[in-house]
Amino acid sequence: MSDAPTGAATRSAAEVPEWPMPRAEGCPFDPPPALRELTAEKPLARVRIWDASTPWIVTGHAEQRSLLGDPRVSVDERLPGFPHWHEGMAAAVDYRPRSVFNSDAPEHTGFRRIMTRPFTFKRVEALRPTIQKITDDPIDTMLAGPKPADLVEALALPLPTLMISELLGVPYEDHDFFQENAARGIAHNVSAEESMRTFGALNEYLVRLVERKAAEPADDALSDIAALVTSGDISVSEAAMMGTGLLIAGHETSANMIGLAVVALLEHPGQLALLRDTDDPKVVAGAVEELLRYLGIIHGGQRRIAKEDIEIGGEVIRAGEGIIVELFSANRDAHVFPDPDVLDLRRENARHHNAFGFGIHQCVGQQLARVELQVVYGTLFRRIPTLRLAEPLDRIQFKHDRLAYGVYSLPVTWK
Amino acid sequence: MKITVEQDKCVAAGQCAATAPDVFDQRDEDGVVVLLTDDPPAELADDARDAAAVCPALAIHIAQ
Repeated sequence: MSDAPTGAATRSAAEVPEWPMPRAEGCPFDPPPALRELTAEKPLARVRIWDASTPWIVTGHAEQRSLLGDPRVSVDERLPGFPHWHEGMAAAVDYRPRSVFNSDAPEHTGFRRIMTRPFTFKRVEALRPTIQKITDDPIDTMLAGPKPADLVEALALPLPTLMISELLGVPYEDHDFFQENAARGIAHNVSAEESMRTFGALNEYLVRLVERKAAEPADDALSDIAALVTSGDISVSEAAMMGTGLLIAGHETSANMIGLAVVALLEHPGQLALLRDTDDPKVVAGAVEELLRYLGIIHGGQRRIAKEDIEIGGEVIRAGEGIIVELFSANRDAHVFPDPDVLDLRRENARHHNAFGFGIHQCVGQQLARVELQVVYGTLFRRIPTLRLAEPLDRIQFKHDRLAYGVYSLPVTWK
Repeated sequence: MKITVEQDKCVAAGQCAATAPDVFDQRDEDGVVVLLTDDPPAELADDARDAAAVCPALAIHIAQ
C-alpha cells in the first residue's frame, strides 16, 4: 500500500493556487496580490490552470527574458503538457494552421519575415499623418455629440481598427463582425464549441478575403500575403491565419491601451499635466513606454513549454512542463524598475518593459502601436483639457475576464 | 566600439531602428536589421548600447 505518497501528492496539488488570479478590489492597475505573494521569494512558482495541470508561472523580468530567448522553450501548442489558455484553445489545436504563434525557429522565421514588412519603423512613421487624422476625426465627432460619451466606442476602438483595416485592406464596414468575434475569442473561459465558432467565422472571412486579394490585388498588406499564396509559398489557410492574427492583435490591444491609459492618467493628474503641457515628441514617446510598462494589458500569461530541463531562478523546469510567462509582473519587478507601482512618465528605463513580450515572438506590430499611442495620448488631452470620468472609478467595468486587460466602456465628459 | 548584427536571428521588431536610427536601419522588404555604421561616434554610443539591450532576438553584439 502506498497511501502516504498519494496522500501527500494530493495535498500538495491542492495547495497549488489557481491561475488566473483576481486583482485586488480598488487596485485596478496592480497585479494580483496573491501572485505577488506566491512569487515574493522566487521569480517562478507553480499554479493550477483550467485543465488541472500545474505549469510554472514566471514573474521575474530577467528570468522571463532568459526563457523567452531560450531555444529550449517552445510555443508548439501540439506538445503534450502545453498549458493552453482555455478549453477552447486546446480543443482547436488540430484545426489551427501553423503560424508565428505556434511555431519555433526556423519554421517561425519564414512566417515572421512575411508579416514584418508593413511594420518597419520607417513605414510606420510615415503613417503618422494618417493616424493623426483618424485620431482628430473621432474626437471632433465626439465633441459635437452628446455628453457623456463612451470613449471606448468613440475613439479607443475605432482608431486602431481603422488603422489596421486600412493597412491590411480589410473593409472597415465589417468591423462589428470581426471585433465581436475577436473579443469573444480572447475571454479567459471559452468553451470548445464557442472557440470553434469564433475562430471558424473569422478564418472563413479571412480565407474569402485572401482569395479576393489574390484575384484583384490592391496596395495593402493582405494583397502582399495573398501573392505568396498565388506563388505557392504558403497555403490559403496559412495566409488567412496571418491575416486573422494581425487583425485581432492590431485592434484589440491598442484599444485597451487607449482606454486604460485614459483612466490611469485621469487618476494621476500630475502625470497627465506632464503629457498635456509638452510638445516634445521625446517626452510623449517616453510617456507611452511608461504606460505600456505600468498598464500591462497582456495579463493572462504567455504560454510556453520546456523541451529540455532548464535551470532557472533556483528551480528546475523539467522537459515537458508548461510555462506561463506573466509579462505584466515583470514590468513591476523592482530589480529593474525602482518604485515599480508608481506611474512615472519620466522613468528613464521604461523602455525595458516586457509589455510586447521578448524573444523571437515579440509583438510584430509594436512600432505601429507606439505611434498610435503617441498620437492619441499627445492629442486627446490637448484637444480636451477638461476631460474627466463621468462616473466614479469604482463603477468602471474592467476586463478582469479577458486575456487582454482594459475597460469595457469609459463614460467621459468635458466642459 | 565595434557593433555586429546577426541578420539570421533578427525578427524585425524594429526596436534598434527606433532606439538608434543613425546606427541601425531595416531592410525594406522584411524589416531585417541593416547596420549603418559598426563604429558610431561617441554621442551615439549610449543609444547603440540601449538598442542592443532591447533587441528581443539578441541579434546585436557590441564589443569595445
